[in-house]
Amino acid sequence: MKTVYLDNAATTAVDPEVLAAMRPYFTEKYGNPSEFHILGREARIAIENARNKTALFLGAQPEEIVFTGSATESINLSHKGLIESLLEDFRGKKRPHIITSSIEHKAVLETCRHLERRGEVFVTYLPVDNFGRVDVNKIKEVIKPETVLVSVMYANNEVGTIEPIQKIGFIIKKINNSMRNNRIYFHTDATQALQYFNCNVDLLGVDFLSFTGHKIYAPKGIGALFVRRGTPIVRQLDGGEQESGLRSSTENVPYIVGLGKAIEIIKRSKTFNSEKIAKFRDKLIKGILTIPGVRLTGHPTERVPHIASFVVDGVEGESMVLLLSDLGIIASSGSACTSAKLTPSHVLTAIGVSPEVSHGSLRFSLGKDTKDQEIDYVIKKLLEVVGRLRRMAPKF
Amino acid sequence: MSNPFSQIYSDEVMKHVRNPQNMGMMKNPDGEATVGNPVCGDIMKFYIKVGKKAGTPFIKDIKFQTLGCGAAIATSSMMTVLVKGKPLDQAEKVGKNAIISALEGLPPVKIHCSVLADEALKKAIENYKSKDN
Repeated sequence: MKTVYLDNAATTAVDPEVLAAMRPYFTEKYGNPSEFHILGREARIAIENARNKTALFLGAQPEEIVFTGSATESINLSHKGLIESLLEDFRGKKRPHIITSSIEHKAVLETCRHLERRGEVFVTYLPVDNFGRVDVNKIKEVIKPETVLVSVMYANNEVGTIEPIQKIGFIIKKINNSMRNNRIYFHTDATQALQYFNCNVDLLGVDFLSFTGHKIYAPKGIGALFVRRGTPIVRQLDGGEQESGLRSSTENVPYIVGLGKAIEIIKRSKTFNSEKIAKFRDKLIKGILTIPGVRLTGHPTERVPHIASFVVDGVEGESMVLLLSDLGIIASSGSACTSAKLTPSHVLTAIGVSPEVSHGSLRFSLGKDTKDQEIDYVIKKLLEVVGRLRRMAPKF
Repeated sequence: MSNPFSQIYSDEVMKHVRNPQNMGMMKNPDGEATVGNPVCGDIMKFYIKVGKKAGTPFIKDIKFQTLGCGAAIATSSMMTVLVKGKPLDQAEKVGKNAIISALEGLPPVKIHCSVLADEALKKAIENYKSKDN
């Protein structure tokens, strides 16, 4: 049975071209880039090449790019690193204030909660509308004199809604330019947006931008953080002072090379893939919405090309995922049953979906290799699976 | 840390998800009960037909309907398999542990589904008894 992989928002397959670029750095070019010998030099050049490609892609300087192990690590470094470096300035004053949205990835939310628990910051978790959009004016309203960080994701991973990052960046810039004691730094988690949207850091007005490799056809275990020059930050890993002292650890050379290659590929295929994938997504959404009792979650138009997310009445999400996967269709759900704590997805809750309804959550996320006939197959099979599970369910 | 393998469904669970036993509605049952799980939202309905062997009531037929995750479906299905043909007093004593071991284990987070299946059966028997007496 062929696999129809529609869980690209969870992770992607490594692109063969990426794997080929990485391969020599395991067994031939395996030197430690901190060494001055020929093998070290070769590894150093490879890393700096990848850094240049990443910087170019983001419209940043190479020294503003830190390679990490994941987007989660990037976020931990930016948030904890910024707050740690500012704490001295805030001693004896009000605690620094962070503004974030209630639909961020757990990496952001849990990092903020950690800082809150330590009594180092206070945090405003902004509500979103029913489409999952953050209201730019609300950000303006909650900014305080002691606000130091605004952290809003570029696109949501569960419902695909795009956030108005450029507008938020513009407002923060304006406020920073007015009379103000401390600067507000702006972070965006661009994990789901990187391969589809303009991620120029000056256009967006961000001071931090984080992302991971495994959503863009590089392997798991490599991420990056853009840190605008002059941004205060304290490293969270002490040691050999790699990555300009911001992230000690021997550089993961093959994975950094892979990330560089993946960025090179998405740069050249961005427009083509965005249009193609958005077309398939629209076809999928249209087809699935013909099934009675199905609703789209997230924004109808302001959404990433690859995410189609739904709630299905009278069916539980995990059971749909299990039966679909038996038919070769790989999808995902934010149902309470699929979470370790048996709580519904915080994103669906934040957009106003009740627990009973989010019980039937289902997400398809397309990728560069998604094919037209796969969409037809998924629509047909989902109708069967929903029918089968609804017949299994008691009537009320 | 718990064993990460215990987070996935066993082959036996998957067998019941793919091919649930005794699934569907029953017309004119002798006892029935619907139970819901307030934690995750799963709902199970059990129907029983009761026969008598030498004066002892037993489960002649049993059906279930479930709205829920794989574990909810598998535990309901397995419960029906375990108690079909059993005297009521024995069926009541089957309990969650027997379901879990017959399913070759459940992820810890899914144990509550077996509790639900046990509760559904007990309530269906209770419902029968309340009508019978």
